[in-house]
Amino acid sequence: MSETARVSLTLNGEPRTVEIGAGRTLLDTLRWELDLTGTKECCAAGECGACTVYLDGEAVNSCLVLAAEADGREVTTIEGLGSGGRLSRLQEAFLETGAIQCGFCIPGMVVAADALLRETPRPTLDEVLQGLSGNLCRCGGYTRICAAVLRAAGAADVTG
Amino acid sequence: MIGTSARRVGGVERVTGRQRFTGDVRLAGMLHVKLVTLDCARARIAAVDTGAASGVPGVRAILTAADLPRPIPRYGPTYRDRPVLAVGETKFHGEPVAAVVAETEEAAEEAAGLVRVACEELPAVLTVASALDPSAPLVQDPELRPDDLLGRTNIRREWHFGWGDVAAAGADCVVDEVYTFPMVTHFAIEPHAFIAAPDRDGLIIWSSIQHPYLLQAAIAEVVGLPLSKVRVFAPDPGGAFGGKQHAKFEPLLAFLALRTGRPVRLALTLEETFQAVRRSAFEIRVRSGFRSDGTIAFHDTECNALMGAYADIAPRVIAKSGYLICGPYRVPDARIVVRALLSHTTPATAFRGFGTPQVAWAIESQMDEAARRLGVDRLEIRLKNLARRGDEVVPGDRPADGDWAEAVSRAAAAIGWGSPLALGRGRGIAVAIKASATTGASYAIVRLHHDGSVTVMAGTSDMGQGARTVLAQVAGQELGVPLERIAIVMGDTGSVPFDLQTSASRSTVFMGTAVLNACREVRRQLAEIARELFGLAEGEVVVEPGIVRAPGLELRYEELLAQAWGPVRGELIGTGVRRGEHVPAHPLGGPPAFYEFNCTAVELEVDRETGEMLVLRHVSVADVGRALNPAHVEVQDEGAAVMGLGHTLMEHLLLDEHGRIRNLGALDYRIPTTKDLPLELRSLLVENGDGPGPYGAKGAGEGGLLAVAPAVASAVAEATGAVIRDLPLTPERVWQAVEALGRGGRPDPPAA
Repeated sequence: MSETARVSLTLNGEPRTVEIGAGRTLLDTLRWELDLTGTKECCAAGECGACTVYLDGEAVNSCLVLAAEADGREVTTIEGLGSGGRLSRLQEAFLETGAIQCGFCIPGMVVAADALLRETPRPTLDEVLQGLSGNLCRCGGYTRICAAVLRAAGAADVTG
Repeated sequence: MIGTSARRVGGVERVTGRQRFTGDVRLAGMLHVKLVTLDCARARIAAVDTGAASGVPGVRAILTAADLPRPIPRYGPTYRDRPVLAVGETKFHGEPVAAVVAETEEAAEEAAGLVRVACEELPAVLTVASALDPSAPLVQDPELRPDDLLGRTNIRREWHFGWGDVAAAGADCVVDEVYTFPMVTHFAIEPHAFIAAPDRDGLIIWSSIQHPYLLQAAIAEVVGLPLSKVRVFAPDPGGAFGGKQHAKFEPLLAFLALRTGRPVRLALTLEETFQAVRRSAFEIRVRSGFRSDGTIAFHDTECNALMGAYADIAPRVIAKSGYLICGPYRVPDARIVVRALLSHTTPATAFRGFGTPQVAWAIESQMDEAARRLGVDRLEIRLKNLARRGDEVVPGDRPADGDWAEAVSRAAAAIGWGSPLALGRGRGIAVAIKASATTGASYAIVRLHHDGSVTVMAGTSDMGQGARTVLAQVAGQELGVPLERIAIVMGDTGSVPFDLQTSASRSTVFMGTAVLNACREVRRQLAEIARELFGLAEGEVVVEPGIVRAPGLELRYEELLAQAWGPVRGELIGTGVRRGEHVPAHPLGGPPAFYEFNCTAVELEVDRETGEMLVLRHVSVADVGRALNPAHVEVQDEGAAVMGLGHTLMEHLLLDEHGRIRNLGALDYRIPTTKDLPLELRSLLVENGDGPGPYGAKGAGEGGLLAVAPAVASAVAEATGAVIRDLPLTPERVWQAVEALGRGGRPDPPAA
């Protein structure tokens, strides 16, 4: 068996420490060691965006990040968005525009869109299309997902 | 409530990551499974050495065909042709030879890599041409179908449909062309996941499955248990599109759970899902006769559909699409020959549109070809031939059940048909109908609790189409209950009554009707309680949504129940059923409950230098009878349109000479992203309340992809003059076609 590593990180604002196989990805660690299954696995190759999380405030594909790389850093997952049990404006906008179908891509899509709005609080449609181009949705509802992002951007505080 | 765009039931769970998909299920003591596969499509298995693999710490079992009962258990929705593990030889790339079970996924993967299979690669059947070649190796053992006259061929089944006399039909213009539609894969964002666990004297299966009750039956049969001892939990699938209709690796997991006595889990990688499900590839020759004014005289068609090594549900797909190949038109004479061909490839299965995109590609392209040759407008030729309400599209079968010409006219208006076009641009318009579910049975239970809230138990799978929401809206409408006081229970064969399947856009019509009937049964019970309680006569009590009325009396349901039952309490249980019976004499086992009609129109621009195209506008018009939730219908239709753009512009599985998929996975197989969207995408709905479902609804959600390819190709032809008959319309193919045109020739045939 491969050697193990101890990883300490701040996960959705809480300090957590896990003992894991050294080669374990952040995605697997979140889903299997930290019981956060909101982050999804699809391609495991950094192409689909289903596993998007924040690492030190930057959206990354957690399937391409070793958990060991997150040591001492801050990770925010879909479960960490919103506050006090309330949905963020972006999450509300996804519900309002009817952007959600099967929902499997949605956690990654929401994190990617959240990151996009942090970077560009008032994006144009082209910027949204570009910013979400790494997140696949096979139900095909991209137009409403983009509408949700623009709608959330129209509301003052998008990071809610 | 009906006709409003209520928020998705389950939306909050999905937007917060709390929605639990099959892959998110964690069970105590759960073991992990990895499949052992070979590096080619077809190989003779000489020996399997599990020695080294068994030594990996944490390995609990390694199963090969030798560990299974003899003859090896086989399963499949059409024929029992698929073995639980490959026996004797593998028949497609990715077919498992063995399965490793271990304490961790890593250990299972490591051990799977150490299983040594001595094998010899054998020649494989990978194309329509080789499947039809009498000298080609047989994909399936003829012993599997001893009484079949075709048993010593790779034609699994052949159908002959049609009417009139094509040979005697005269025509002013005959168009004779061949069209191809390649293999494409579903690419649900949720790869298939399965768990099997022993449960006292039975089994529990978790699966991201569309048809939990058919899976239950398949498992019961393969392991020899009564249905009552097999319980299937079906968490809402993360996208399915037909690829999750029938059992895939659940039978294997059932045997592994019985062998180990513990829960076993297999989550496919995306690459493994490519090797598990795909759409049937079609080669279609159509000889069509037209009168000089564009009226169709006849269609003479031959469809060769390449399915995989095992039938799955592909023969049904192929038969159903061929049966309706002539589309939504009045066709006086038709000859239809359809073949389902076996090959050493991934088993083809249902895929949104169920064969219609393939046949619509051919027939609609023929309509365009005739229009060009006869100098008739492409819109006009469609309107001229389109069946009007009550006209038969297949003699003796369900006639046209919508105002289809209205949908075509709306699409034409929305795309600006006939208005001047900028240089390099073209427009296309195409239509299609898909036969809905024919037979089927849906049962629902509606429980009115004593506080007036409601639980609906319905065996539909909500895979993104929004079944939970629509069924809640039906119950809410009938019982006057707000959606937040309604729970929809699905995905448990142990507690929820039977539903045949979630497919063919049937759930709103079939299960919606069952829920509606169950709600009305609850209302009948409320009336009876009121009559007994107040000593009223029949007819004096009226039960409306949420309210029971009688002379001088107006009570909410919960008030009536409280008065009737007091502290003992109770609940009302209504059951509802919607059945479509099997009709043995019908070629498809029964007429369709409705047709799903779509008209798609596009305007696009082609860069002649690169072959790249930009879809400027894309309009999809669907005849949905009545949209119970317009936003959900529209987003389904838009999604179907985008998926249609995928198979039209970029998607195709490429095989190498060993039968391996060359573009295996997200890196090399492209599906539409946000950057591939049309600049403008519109979904328009025709609502005439003429469907067989609740409140006049028809099914919806597949229509948007049926006619995309011919509409786009038509626009490319107008923009460039190049007529392409092979999909997808990649920039390379478009560029080559435009170049060939410049040289005065026809486009080169597609690469194999």
